[in-house]
Amino acid sequence: MNNIFVYCELTEEKTIADVSLELLSKGRRLATELGVKLEAIVIGSDLKRIEDQVFPFGVDVVHVADDNRLFPYTTLPHASLVLHIFHHEKPEIAIFGATSIGRDLAPRIASALRCGLTADCTSLEIGDHFENKTQTEYKNLLYQIRPAFGGNIIATIINPETRPQMATVREGVMKKEVLDPKYKGQVKKVNASAVLRDEDFMVQIIERHMEASKINIKNAQVIIAGGYGVGSRENFQLLYDLADVLGAQVGASRAAVDAGFSEHERQIGQTGVTVRPKLYIACGISGAVQHRAGMDQSAQIISINTDPNAPINHIADYTIIGSITDVIPKMIRYYKANSK
Amino acid sequence: MSFRIIVLAKQVPDTRNVGKDAMKADGTVNRAALPAIFNPEDLNALELALRIKDQRKDCEVIILTMGPFRAAEIIREAMYRGADRGYLITDRKFAGSDTLATSYAISLAVRKLEPYHLVISGRQAIDGDTAQVGPQTAEKLSLPQITYAEEITEVSEKHIVVKRRLERGIEVVKSPLPAAVTVHSSAPACRQRVAKLLMKYKHARTVTELQNETKDYTELYDQRPYLQIDEWTVDDLHADVTMLGLSGSPTKVKKIENVVFAHKDSKVLSASDEDINNLMKDLIDSHVIG
Repeated sequence: MNNIFVYCELTEEKTIADVSLELLSKGRRLATELGVKLEAIVIGSDLKRIEDQVFPFGVDVVHVADDNRLFPYTTLPHASLVLHIFHHEKPEIAIFGATSIGRDLAPRIASALRCGLTADCTSLEIGDHFENKTQTEYKNLLYQIRPAFGGNIIATIINPETRPQMATVREGVMKKEVLDPKYKGQVKKVNASAVLRDEDFMVQIIERHMEASKINIKNAQVIIAGGYGVGSRENFQLLYDLADVLGAQVGASRAAVDAGFSEHERQIGQTGVTVRPKLYIACGISGAVQHRAGMDQSAQIISINTDPNAPINHIADYTIIGSITDVIPKMIRYYKANSK
Repeated sequence: MSFRIIVLAKQVPDTRNVGKDAMKADGTVNRAALPAIFNPEDLNALELALRIKDQRKDCEVIILTMGPFRAAEIIREAMYRGADRGYLITDRKFAGSDTLATSYAISLAVRKLEPYHLVISGRQAIDGDTAQVGPQTAEKLSLPQITYAEEITEVSEKHIVVKRRLERGIEVVKSPLPAAVTVHSSAPACRQRVAKLLMKYKHARTVTELQNETKDYTELYDQRPYLQIDEWTVDDLHADVTMLGLSGSPTKVKKIENVVFAHKDSKVLSASDEDINNLMKDLIDSHVIG
């Protein structure tokens, strides 16, 4: 079987983006399960010693295309280079971040290779498939698991015939895990100027305003939000602990922001941000109408509250009657022991 | 030559109201069971196209959609808001197409509308949220792609300048034409229907719809040929059927699990280890977390 490839994105500071390190971690697990190598692709400029950032995650080979025309990202040259590498290496699996870049690049590549691509996977597993129509057995396929239909169903998608099996995954979905700080792989330089043509540069960036990564609760899949009932800024730390473990973001009600428990950027509700995560855990939030307006479209809501009659409980799927100092450590403990 | 813009639009099931019968046994969507709407970001795309038309007298906005016969509804809807005409790609052989097969069919239809300047669509459709058809169609047509457009700030015969909305900022890019653009929901909302256009196009019908009409429209259509909405089948597109439908789709749905909590009656749990462990187990098993 051929190898697993992860396309690595660069931050504004030209370090490997967290989402890519998370995908390398997942890719490493899949590669080990399949008995294949993990390969990374890094395309950009000023990439000296960039391999040092990926090797600890268990990367066996890193393909590096370093050319000052390749940062910031533009679609066509990156697509040409990835296609060039894929033509030579014939990956079994290729994973991209479900980011502005990955969701722009991966479909273009999949179309050129006429292979299947699944967007925004929340889980990737290895499994078999038996096709009844053709009586064909497929071993060790990539199960690409994703919510679909507005989050109302979970679909498992497979690509039995085409390679690579391609998927995108959002930031925060997979866990970032260093395999071995001393792990060493091989660097393969890609001669970008030999691959690229003038047409690859027909789209020009004429202006750019990027902010370094800041609080971004709007796109979070899981939000742990705290209200006045959390009680103190110190107790709010519990919410961060749970968020770290789940790859979630922390939000707050207006009452919690006004009380100084949390920064204004995290405020959810009518005068804050409107969010629509897969899971909203409301901690010590009573659930004023103004707050509910900003979160009642969440796919699932869990309320943790000492007050069984808190209004938020009416829109919650689960209400846990208890204090957050009791409940949150238990959630963390169970998740750490049982997550895959 | 007119400045031709092709707007790709999709009629989508309103996923905010998904019922039990939304999925068929083979894992594909049972569209008939759901209310159908104009995909929201495709309306943003239509607006950006109409803004170019507002500026350029020679501009022609063509709406192209693929779907069942009823998808003609969104072509009329686009005409009421300012689109000049539309085409419906429809054929049973398209059923079950994934994004790759869909972009193949759309690219063939776009080629029939050459010469064009711009292909513009929403970033993604709310039923799949894949955001793949735009870039894949661009690739099939060998066009440069500009995703996540928020505003088209400059248009000439040869170039466009587009402001893109990215996760962590904005970027302004200049691209030669023809090009493919996908539009982000932060772009301006689409204008409402125009009463005059509603009157003009209210009798616009596809061939299939005309056959089902009790009234005879022959005379009206002779006088107003613009009312005719053309339907394109696999044969009209000279498509390779092996690249369409389930056979042309490399992705297969292996399994579907329903995660809808049918009604929101809240389960009340205690803070006991057992209750919390069971809840966490459910959340992990249903892929909500983990």
